[in-house]
Amino acid sequence: MSKQIQDHNGRPVAVITGFGVLTSLGRGKQKNWQALTRGESGLHTITRFPTDGLKTSVAGTVDFMDIESYSAPVLSAAMASKAIREALEEARIGEKGNFPGPLFLATPPTELEWPQRKALYAHVNGDAPETGYKHLLTAARTGHFKNLHPHFQFASVSEQLAEEFGTRGLPISLSTACASGSTAIMLGVEAIRRGDTDAALCVATDGSVHAEALIRFSLLSALSTYNEPPQKASRPFAKDRAGFVMAEGAGAFVLESYQGAKARGAEILGVVRGCGERADEFHRTRTHPQGLPIINTIAAALVDAGVEPEEIDYVNAHGTGTQENDKMEYLSLKTVLGEKIETTPVSSNKSMIGHTLTAAGAIEAAFSLMTILNGTLPPTMNYDIPDPDIPLDVVPNKSRQAKVQTVLSNSFGFGGQNASLVLSGEPA
Amino acid sequence: MTQNRINNPESDNPEVWITGLGLISSLGEGSSIHWARLSDGTTKPLVDETSLAPYGTHPLCELDFSKQIKRKGDLRQMGPWQRIGVYAAGLALDDAGLSHNQELLDRTGLIVAAGNGERDETADKTVLSTLTNGHRDDEAFGDVLNKTLQTSLRPTLYLAELSNLLAGNISIVHGVTGSSRTYKGEEMAGLSAIEDAVARISSSQGDLFLVGGAFNAQRADLTLAFELCKALWHGPNKSVWERAGNGADGGESGSSGFVMGSLGAFLVLESDTHAKARKRKPYAKITGIASARSSHLCTERGAHRDVSQALDKLVSELRQEPLGILSGASGVEPARAHELAWLLQLKKHGITPAIRAYGTMLGHALEAHFPAGVALAALAISNKGFYPPFDKSGREQPLDAPPSNILVTAWGHWRGEGAALVETAASQ
Repeated sequence: MSKQIQDHNGRPVAVITGFGVLTSLGRGKQKNWQALTRGESGLHTITRFPTDGLKTSVAGTVDFMDIESYSAPVLSAAMASKAIREALEEARIGEKGNFPGPLFLATPPTELEWPQRKALYAHVNGDAPETGYKHLLTAARTGHFKNLHPHFQFASVSEQLAEEFGTRGLPISLSTACASGSTAIMLGVEAIRRGDTDAALCVATDGSVHAEALIRFSLLSALSTYNEPPQKASRPFAKDRAGFVMAEGAGAFVLESYQGAKARGAEILGVVRGCGERADEFHRTRTHPQGLPIINTIAAALVDAGVEPEEIDYVNAHGTGTQENDKMEYLSLKTVLGEKIETTPVSSNKSMIGHTLTAAGAIEAAFSLMTILNGTLPPTMNYDIPDPDIPLDVVPNKSRQAKVQTVLSNSFGFGGQNASLVLSGEPA
Repeated sequence: MTQNRINNPESDNPEVWITGLGLISSLGEGSSIHWARLSDGTTKPLVDETSLAPYGTHPLCELDFSKQIKRKGDLRQMGPWQRIGVYAAGLALDDAGLSHNQELLDRTGLIVAAGNGERDETADKTVLSTLTNGHRDDEAFGDVLNKTLQTSLRPTLYLAELSNLLAGNISIVHGVTGSSRTYKGEEMAGLSAIEDAVARISSSQGDLFLVGGAFNAQRADLTLAFELCKALWHGPNKSVWERAGNGADGGESGSSGFVMGSLGAFLVLESDTHAKARKRKPYAKITGIASARSSHLCTERGAHRDVSQALDKLVSELRQEPLGILSGASGVEPARAHELAWLLQLKKHGITPAIRAYGTMLGHALEAHFPAGVALAALAISNKGFYPPFDKSGREQPLDAPPSNILVTAWGHWRGEGAALVETAASQ
């Protein structure tokens, strides 16, 4: 068989025939790409909830969706739906509401949030004898809140999307923390390589910026406190970086086997060459001091892709803007790519869109593909003070034209879950 | 996926062997105790009817968690749910001879079925109490929420709530680092987790996996989540098949409900060649797995036909003899009726189902329920026996000779339907 149908290991090649993206910069990949390459920021002062007394008041919330009232699952489902529609319009696959393959969906934590708890609490008279959860349970037993249940089950977002787009089989709902978006793509690639399916819908979405989530990350000292001006809050790889900025968004990919895509005359936009994953046993929020799991993750992705370090033209970094991540990411890249890292541009989209958490892997894979398709490297913004310990070409503050055939995209998560993807232009 | 994965005996595909079991529940610690107690015909379910009344729960047996989680610092950073999972995972690794074998642990893929960890009920109660003290309008509540959460939340315990941190803790405590994936979606999660491992082993994408989940039944936050949709059984304990007339729904969907059970269930799944090379004997092998999407409870769209078709295919090759059924029925209607209808029509195909709803004995354990069922099937196969009826409803009939095949069904209380077929492995 031709090289394009099977990869270096004789496995079916997984290609991208449609993708969609939505971030705080706006809806749709063209709008996002325009803003991203101009160095515009989607980060802003939070208006969704009061931030008085909080150390961090900046985020990349998505405030332009038409939803009745905010909750993480409702916003996450709405954003995913828009991103999927964009991907399907491009891929022109299946009929409306009948996607010919499974759904792999990365979703944020799902549970009742304070507005719902407050509503439950208020439903029973304040002079009820019970307090705390017993009071809430009394309200729940009335049956008046049954409509809340579908939103606050983990299966809810994937269920809604499976219903809307008619994906096949059990809708897979997953989390590998901040590596989730990459894992969703990886699961689709694996299913295609197994020959289980000719097509897969791989999606990641996160709309979980609410007060409690922000406070929790803030208490872990993970968030940037550069609140003014908000567009300067995220400073990946800069010496004065001081944490990440929580953000929202969604990314969606239609993956197909090369053979299947060709057979139906679809335009192939890119190839997922390889994926690597590795867990860290060192610490819940910190990476191994020598970066071994990250090194192994990147190395595994290159091996899986059959790609040598010399072939990596650009790295779409995890680049969260925390002191530790950016340092360890540099050390790991240097270890795996060797001297090649000195001449390989590495930029972080998070300098403009913030850290979209569960969705980051998919959104950044979408921007990686845009980089390949457009021959433009998006900049790392807010890079005013270089860190001498991280001598990388971060494409500082201004986008740059460059011919890019193959990109490495990294995602590393709390709890030690790491995933990297290697994407190439067609023909790979 | 709807796709059935059935191992053809003539194919060269690796077999999926079960080579390690870790089970903890209300009945005790370890797989042999579970076999002994569940097969002796006299064991009664252990139900705590007072702690969360009117809801009964199967509480976890007394355990010394430090036997598997040696560092106090690790224990402190986990809630009960994570401790149960990390403990059961450790038992499975011990049982499979993987513990402390870093070379093997470094290539063991970790697949966890997870929900949320426990919320801090004290902190929640503090916030809720402000509602009775006049902070009912949204702005005042927002301010008081910020203040209260910032002072009452314990930063490290956030990590105890994240779904993917059960996997993170297993990596940290037991050193499992090959890869790490967390599936979500209540009962669906357990199915997705086992299915992922079976798919990867039988297609040679991996040869060694630790798979499972954990559930803590004694949680007010989850009780609330399930009471919202009236999925819980109220009142004196009854078997899965006998719950009727006194259910939470008051007849609305058939008077039914589940009784939560604390449970940790992990399995080591391994390719036959990998197990043989390290001279490990299997309990049993998984020869087929199927899953599909339907929805039962809060949205009723009649999609259960898809499930029946997927399951029909799974049992179509079976010899015409008694088939052991370890039913994952929760007791919630209409899921229970749909499952029963499918099981009873098997007689038309010459298959006599010997049904055992193990939720009667262990309680319903959501994400961990299906992995526990597969573990119980493996125990029965390796002991060349089966379980006596777990109730006197007449749904469960005694069996004269042990079945050579056991079908483990998952019929989620809301969604998540599928089944796995477990058989004797050749080397036994």
